[in-house]
Amino acid sequence: MAEALAEPTAADSALRPWRPLLVQVAALLAAGAALVIWLVTADLTAVERETLNPDSLLQLLGQHLWLTAVSTVIVLAIAVPLGVLLTRGPMRRAAGPVLAVANFGQAAPAVGLIVLIAAAPFLPNGFWAAIIALVLYAALPVLGNTMIGIRGVDQRLVEAGRGMGMTARAVLFRIELPLAVPVMLAGVRTALVLLVGTAALASFINGGGLGLLITTGVNLYELRVLVTGAVMTALLALLIDWVGRVVEHVARPKGM
Amino acid sequence: MPETTAVAEDRDESQITGKSIRLEGVTKRYPGQSTPAVDGVTLEIPAGQVVMLVGPSGCGKTTTLKMINRLIEPTEGRIVLGDEDVTAIDGDQLRRRIGYVIQAGGLFPHMTVAQNIAIVPKMLGWDAQRIADRTTELLDLVSLDPDTYRDRYPKELSGGQQQRVGVARALAADPPVLLMDEPFGAVDPITRQRLQDELIRIQQELRKTIVIVTHDFDEAVKLGDWIVVFREGAQIVQYDTPERILADPADEFVESFIGSGAGIKQLALQRVRDVDLKEAITARPGDDAAEVLAKVEKAGHGHVVVLDERDRPLSWPSRRALSRMATIPAEADERTPVIGSGATLNDALDEMLVSNAGAALVTGRRGAFAGVITIEEVMDAIRAVRASASDDLADAPVGTNAGSDDGTGDEVAQDG
Repeated sequence: MAEALAEPTAADSALRPWRPLLVQVAALLAAGAALVIWLVTADLTAVERETLNPDSLLQLLGQHLWLTAVSTVIVLAIAVPLGVLLTRGPMRRAAGPVLAVANFGQAAPAVGLIVLIAAAPFLPNGFWAAIIALVLYAALPVLGNTMIGIRGVDQRLVEAGRGMGMTARAVLFRIELPLAVPVMLAGVRTALVLLVGTAALASFINGGGLGLLITTGVNLYELRVLVTGAVMTALLALLIDWVGRVVEHVARPKGM
Repeated sequence: MPETTAVAEDRDESQITGKSIRLEGVTKRYPGQSTPAVDGVTLEIPAGQVVMLVGPSGCGKTTTLKMINRLIEPTEGRIVLGDEDVTAIDGDQLRRRIGYVIQAGGLFPHMTVAQNIAIVPKMLGWDAQRIADRTTELLDLVSLDPDTYRDRYPKELSGGQQQRVGVARALAADPPVLLMDEPFGAVDPITRQRLQDELIRIQQELRKTIVIVTHDFDEAVKLGDWIVVFREGAQIVQYDTPERILADPADEFVESFIGSGAGIKQLALQRVRDVDLKEAITARPGDDAAEVLAKVEKAGHGHVVVLDERDRPLSWPSRRALSRMATIPAEADERTPVIGSGATLNDALDEMLVSNAGAALVTGRRGAFAGVITIEEVMDAIRAVRASASDDLADAPVGTNAGSDDGTGDEVAQDG
């Protein structure tokens, strides 16, 4: 094939996957701007002005992000190594039971999980109670996708690697994990979106976050506060999903 | 060690870069299975030769292969590479010294061609310049243009190209031994034939010790200096040259495995250049047809070969066709049966049957006419192969299931 002919098509196909991502972020920015305009121009009551001023909104947003970030880090630190471990040799037998536990964590209603952990006498309250519940809730997609991703690597490639004299460790880090990255990242993105949404429930046990706007709105029947909290949570989840997709796209191993 | 064999005699021994391999009473038992997958195999693989392991699927030939580089650890027995016992050394270190090729190449899709080839040299601590030079050299060796293919990813290559890179990768650190597990199983027949020819050429250049697992007996005949025929439980039924296995199968199992047409298969063992070609009357375009006809009749031939200015055959008119011509025409006749001197007798016979001529024109260097091969020569060649194959039964390497007590390799006994 002539290089001159190959060039534009290659550039074209490199751009194509970005198009939906650009549309997604444009829509998110537009929705965010609409929310801000609505808040600025609306005729707010005293209570609303108290809750919906930029400072307190940013503080709640910060808390929400912090909840999400901390629980994500913990989920990754636990679920990825565990997932790798459960695909190694004799540990494979433990995969079933561990997945069952992880399934239970996700199947249990998140509100119940959060309240239960906060109510348990030997567990912490507030922020850390919320973190424990969130980690339990979001571990499954990361754990599951890590295992699926590694198991999905063609066994002949693993054998080729071993056959060339690569150590088991080298095969894991240079072949299995890089090839599993797309599937694993999809799991992480799912977990992140779950966490952003579920972190809204932390306000029930004094864990902070954007959920506070929703509970306040419901309790005081302040519709604007309620809507602001709900819309911000939704936009944040969509934004995180977008970031996840961008990362997936960039981190996908070349040649695949 | 008695490594001199009938096949090696006419070669220059000093060029051999391979090492011999000896399996001594090697057994593999899997837990929970009553019969061993491989049972006490003692096998001697001479240095610098191609040994084919053939047998039905599940017969243990792949397990035997993988025990050579200890990808599968033997339950019992010893593995000797050259004169070094490698049964107990570090498996990863051992495998870095043995090239390994699997079906479809087994290239890592997230690495470029160059990165794939660099894996073993990197593990051995080569510097970047040496690795880059070696990559270029290897891509040349497997007939891939280095500048075009170096930075491509495997998915941008055809199946045959991937397989070539797979071979280049296995040869990266210049290992003395190459193990290939069904290397050409996943490509189409035409590509497979090309890759086989390529491997023959590379082996002529490098003279490694190559062990290839295949279920295709024709491939074994084409590529192997020696063939080991296995049956279930890695029982060695026969270990001999392709010629002798075809001429004298050890038992009915081997016979059935060879399949029908052993005589035809022997044709794949001989090249056209190995048989005596017949001379022919030649003519040039523009020559007077009557004169040419007189020469042909005088020589008692049936045809005349028309050559172009570079001695390449154009057409092959018969006496009757000549008698209808005024001058010899310059047009090329596409139906003229032409084969290269490197083709097998099998190819030659094919060409004759297709062209319906009972003979074919043979071309040598740069397509120049070299002579005529007829069906009689082909038949004579088959008879000669049969006669010589049963001649000497000595100096075949050891291959038995005798177990570990009898695996010294000093005594060269061949049953059958």
